[in-house]
Amino acid sequence: MRKRTVAVLAGTAMVLAGCSSDVPAGNPAATASADAGAGTGETSSFFVQADYDNEIALRTATASGPADKPWEQALNPTNVDTAKYKKAGPYNLCFSNAGVGNPWRQVGFKNMQAEVKLHPEFKSFQVADAESKDDKQISDINDLLGKGCDALIVSPNTTATLTPAVEQACAKVPVIVFDRGVNTKCPVTFINPIGGYAFGAAGAEFLTEKVKPGGNVLALRILPGVDVLETRWAAAKVAFDKSQLKVVGVEFTDGDAAKTKTIVSNYLQRFGTIDGIWMDAGATAVAAAEAFEDAGKPFPAIVGEDQQDFLRMWQDRKLTAVAPTYPTYQWRTPVIAALKILKGEQVPSPWKLPQPTITDANLSQYVDPSMPPLHYAMCGCSDLPGYPGEWGGK
Amino acid sequence: MTRTDAPTGPATLGQSRRGRWGAGSIWPVVAILLVLLVAVGIRQPDFYDPPALLAFLKRAAPLIVLAAGQYFVIVAGDFDLSVGSLVTAEVVIAARLIDGDPAATWPVIAVVLAFGLLVGLVNGLVTTLLLVPSFITTLGMYLILVGAVYTWTGGSPRGALSEEFRMFGRRGIEGVPWLGEIPYAVLILLVLGTLAILAMRADFGKVLLAVGDNPRAARLAGGRVAGVRTIAFVISGGCAAVAAILLGGFGGVSFQVGVGLEFTAITAVVLGGVVLGGGRGSVVGAMLGALTLQTLLTLLNLLGVAGALASAVQGLIILAAVAIGGLRART
Repeated sequence: MRKRTVAVLAGTAMVLAGCSSDVPAGNPAATASADAGAGTGETSSFFVQADYDNEIALRTATASGPADKPWEQALNPTNVDTAKYKKAGPYNLCFSNAGVGNPWRQVGFKNMQAEVKLHPEFKSFQVADAESKDDKQISDINDLLGKGCDALIVSPNTTATLTPAVEQACAKVPVIVFDRGVNTKCPVTFINPIGGYAFGAAGAEFLTEKVKPGGNVLALRILPGVDVLETRWAAAKVAFDKSQLKVVGVEFTDGDAAKTKTIVSNYLQRFGTIDGIWMDAGATAVAAAEAFEDAGKPFPAIVGEDQQDFLRMWQDRKLTAVAPTYPTYQWRTPVIAALKILKGEQVPSPWKLPQPTITDANLSQYVDPSMPPLHYAMCGCSDLPGYPGEWGGK
Repeated sequence: MTRTDAPTGPATLGQSRRGRWGAGSIWPVVAILLVLLVAVGIRQPDFYDPPALLAFLKRAAPLIVLAAGQYFVIVAGDFDLSVGSLVTAEVVIAARLIDGDPAATWPVIAVVLAFGLLVGLVNGLVTTLLLVPSFITTLGMYLILVGAVYTWTGGSPRGALSEEFRMFGRRGIEGVPWLGEIPYAVLILLVLGTLAILAMRADFGKVLLAVGDNPRAARLAGGRVAGVRTIAFVISGGCAAVAAILLGGFGGVSFQVGVGLEFTAITAVVLGGVVLGGGRGSVVGAMLGALTLQTLLTLLNLLGVAGALASAVQGLIILAAVAIGGLRART
């Protein structure tokens, strides 16, 4: 009875938070944790063993393509023929964007706009911003189809809801989907980096190396129920369950810096020392580290992301840190793919991009004090027209 | 039930009318706070080390300031639902204007305070002159601020706060014997709390309580009803600006910083024994309500209760406090 109440409350909270996600049916691979003492809780219903195995394998795969341009590389590519889409230029390129509601999407969208400018073959680039609303994106796609697009790029707001709209578009123009996926094979290609399991595992494995056995680890997540974030935590859980680390808490921060800092301060008070911080996204990593500083405690081993504020703190304070990335350079690839498709050249499908991790060894390549604090360093944008001014840099 | 000794100020007005434990009294919240503090102390004895206690007060300060501001509005019979989005707007504006430049700190603090007061003034004038119910006025202001900030920033904050700006919410006077560090946030809280108590003891406070209790009677008695109600909104806006400076300093730039704060502040005020609809309750009660809420959240964390349940607990508190308040008012 109590369990049901909690479930109802959690469900209500999710509805209130307005998060839309695609909850898969319970899957048999999700078994109870082997080591119940690890404190990592139950395996997420989003965990799919085959996907996990696939992503972990891709982490060590060698990419084909130019080494200095990871956005043109592909992991284990299978090429598809696009001769039937070949046509003479110049082209009208269209893009249905889920939204620009966070710094990651803002940096990414700038990358895409600049990439379009690199190619004179495009005579126009029409963009519809869905403002993170499924219904708006569905009508956006319909509107764009009436505007003479030669190719359509879609960054779907949610997977299941956008699938029919993408299928409709496929019947009229070549479609390229990137970032979040759709439940149909009709797009010419689907572009994204390796994914959430690889991201989560990179951070968790770093902690199992750097934190002494028996050390306290606090896991900070943004919110439950979103597939890309659930997979990150699911992979981290696998690594923690295998380790000797003690996961003292798994908390949700809503991505809020003040809340993150309060949670970390409370845990420091409660446990005295925290030796490692794992995060499913790095936006509040600086706040988490500051909580240690303000409490007069040594910095823990910490997992962040490639935002400049965190990289700068890492370099200045000599943190023991790692930054898995979900690179924003993936926003360049769909434009390149569209051009190849319209010229009838083969493209990889699916197009899996490499997903690098920033470590002590390569940190100095990515820190750039002239860029704004929320800029994502793994943007592959320094060679693009308008850099750094368009990205807010000096 | 009725005490006969003369009220020494508005803080005791409710008590004298309704008795020590009646509606508007601060004693229930004091009792709850003491129970929670004992519980926290048992679970975490070093909570009472002066530095730990001051660090706790530092984290509680923004909510206490917000609750104090919300008190003035609620006791006059109104609501201010715009404070959460105002806090977000202020932090985002400050980050964009400062953009990491220490020299911009003080001018931007002035802008932040002025903007908070201005938003309060607009809320007050729309409510009193255009006779729009405050619930609607401030809901509209909430939506305007959310939309304007989103449009202005494209959905993600830009720029950065300077260390000088963040100092107020993050640092303090260091090296104080025994206490360790005295956070600036606690000092700011003490000053604002004192000012709030003095304001409620002045004529302004008496008129404000009268307005909340019975606006018509207050008007007939010669009170400047529209004036004090407007000032109450201005105070709430100003408090939101201060809370924004403290929260931005504590946590840094974030788009989520103010989300839900209006309801947390209202919960705190209600918990402090202030009656929704106005006329009864003290500002000390409202501030203690905020402190109690923060203590409760700390205790829930110490007990390992998941964060998701915290908002459910908050909802229960609002329902329980209003229901019990209603029962007490009837007896």
